[in-house]
Amino acid sequence: MSDRATPTANSVVIRMEEIRKVYKTGKIRVEALKGIDLEVKDGEFLALVGPSGSGKSTLMNLIGCLDTPSSGIYELKGERVMGLKRERLAEIRNRRVGFVFQNFNLLTNVTAYENVEMPLLFGNVPKRRRRERVEELLERVGLSDRMDHKPTELSGGQMQRVAVARALAMDPDIVLADEPTGNLDTSSGGDIMSLFEELWRQGRTMLVITHDKALARRSPRQVEIRDGVIVSDRRS
Amino acid sequence: MRPGLILGLFLRTSRVEKKRAILTVAAIAVGSASLVLLLALGEGMGRRWKEAFAGMGTDLAVMWPGETTRSWKGLPSGRPIRPRIEDIRLIEERVEGLYAVSGELRNWSTAFTWGDKTVNGRLTGASLVYGGIRRHFAQPGGRFLNPIDDAQRRRMIFLGWDLATNLFGEQDPVGETLLVDNVPYTVIGVMAEKLQWSSYAGMDKDHAVIPLRTFWAQYGDDHLVNLIIKPLDPERMKQALAEVRTVLGAKYGFDPEDERVLGTWDTVETGKMMNNVTLGIQLFLGIIGALTLAVGGIGVANIMYAVVKERTREIGVKMALGARPSWITGPIVLEALTYTLLGGVLGLAFSTALVTLLGLALRHAPQESASGLQMMGEPTLSIPITVLTAGILGVIGLAAGYFPARRAAMIDPAETLRYE
Repeated sequence: MSDRATPTANSVVIRMEEIRKVYKTGKIRVEALKGIDLEVKDGEFLALVGPSGSGKSTLMNLIGCLDTPSSGIYELKGERVMGLKRERLAEIRNRRVGFVFQNFNLLTNVTAYENVEMPLLFGNVPKRRRRERVEELLERVGLSDRMDHKPTELSGGQMQRVAVARALAMDPDIVLADEPTGNLDTSSGGDIMSLFEELWRQGRTMLVITHDKALARRSPRQVEIRDGVIVSDRRS
Repeated sequence: MRPGLILGLFLRTSRVEKKRAILTVAAIAVGSASLVLLLALGEGMGRRWKEAFAGMGTDLAVMWPGETTRSWKGLPSGRPIRPRIEDIRLIEERVEGLYAVSGELRNWSTAFTWGDKTVNGRLTGASLVYGGIRRHFAQPGGRFLNPIDDAQRRRMIFLGWDLATNLFGEQDPVGETLLVDNVPYTVIGVMAEKLQWSSYAGMDKDHAVIPLRTFWAQYGDDHLVNLIIKPLDPERMKQALAEVRTVLGAKYGFDPEDERVLGTWDTVETGKMMNNVTLGIQLFLGIIGALTLAVGGIGVANIMYAVVKERTREIGVKMALGARPSWITGPIVLEALTYTLLGGVLGLAFSTALVTLLGLALRHAPQESASGLQMMGEPTLSIPITVLTAGILGVIGLAAGYFPARRAAMIDPAETLRYE
């Protein structure tokens, strides 16, 4: 579970073809995604931008296997996600995807340590390895001295760093971040972005949703989505 | 499944507002206490009834003489048939599978005199096995009739306890001589007190028993007023009675199928009916108790629904981190079970204490025969009751956890994580 060496070029992590997602609420039918084609290779840093309601979050939920598409093909590391059982989807979320949310989504009644440990518990990692891993991760995000603090005793930036450590716990193929700096002040937000860049340099595949233009420009690849379709895909 | 993980998650994440938890546990405690109390009342009553209806003796048939209602082998109907003392022997010899046969002679109004006191009462002549099958057990210091009493036609008398008290007051009657219709008899024993709610010739407490042949000698009539039959196997009662009719029919010339010749009360039959009645009452009480407990269970389910709702985001987060559905539902079911079992233990402890106290109070309360208090019996806790209650608690706890847990598993993580 150590950090990966250099990215293996051309290995595809995410492949989406004609992905559609339709929500039905009562009689109203909302087409959130209207045919998305997307390919993300191992080791890429991708910023997903777009106005609110454009379908960014829906797309991220699909990528993270929190939801399944209405139609189309989605392969995560070569495995088709359509039609999988809930148990298998849970396993994929546990092992392949790390989530970072705008509102942190830490478990509030347990400590930072236990938050980071949770995915390892679900992944059936033995106790001693869990301890090593949690300590290593919290040290890496600079929170070695906050391990036994509950989220309420941490600042926003610290909470988000705990969330990043938690996302990395099972050494996922991809880290998905949904507006990770949206609830942070500029300085803390900058810290988080630097942390992301550092992770990327170490070979991690990163997918960040943001509507912060400046943030997006720092990213090597920017995909813009509007009204459920990708309108631009730029590399800088 | 990983039960260890589910237990760990349960210990880590369950926490409920104290007041709510206490109220929920209390509801279950009250429910299970009421279930246990009602079942204990039912059990006590059932036992009391069983004991009281066994007071006369168990698995007996009482027969009394009647008239033929059909002509038989040239003999007309309407002939009275009255078995005699010698027929007891005949039945013993010819009918198989009998535990005992006894006969009774009876005088409804006999003058019992002791000193200057005379009491009118019932006198029964009975054979020796009578004491055992009709539960005429002697108080310490006395005895029932023995074979020599009958063979030598001794004038020995055994007294019901009420009759003894009426005649002798506080004094011990055993060894005293009293006059039975002016003939002197020696008291050999007084009946130990017993519960008796059924009878065919008055209660046993106020009659006196003398040997069959002594009775015959004094009153000069050996026509039995009753025959008491007890088979070895109660299930064979009907067969045994048919055989008795066949044997007597052959001797006295009546159709063994003619059931009116000998009136018959089969206590095995009535005993079965009695058992069904008490079982019905117990079932009724049990259902009421179980429903009360179910109300408590609904309380637990309610609180668990609230808990699931409050923890929606937490559940969503866990799902995002890779928790399987069973790791979400397991701890919730466990939590519901914990409340239920905790309440159950409290309720059981409370009701056990109450049953013990009630038992003590009832044992020392004055009880008139067949009064309400006496009919209620002593509330009794038994192992089946405890097991049954525990089982019902388990089912209710599981149900109270299962449905909220299912709701939790339905939670769409994508939906919950998006909003603050």
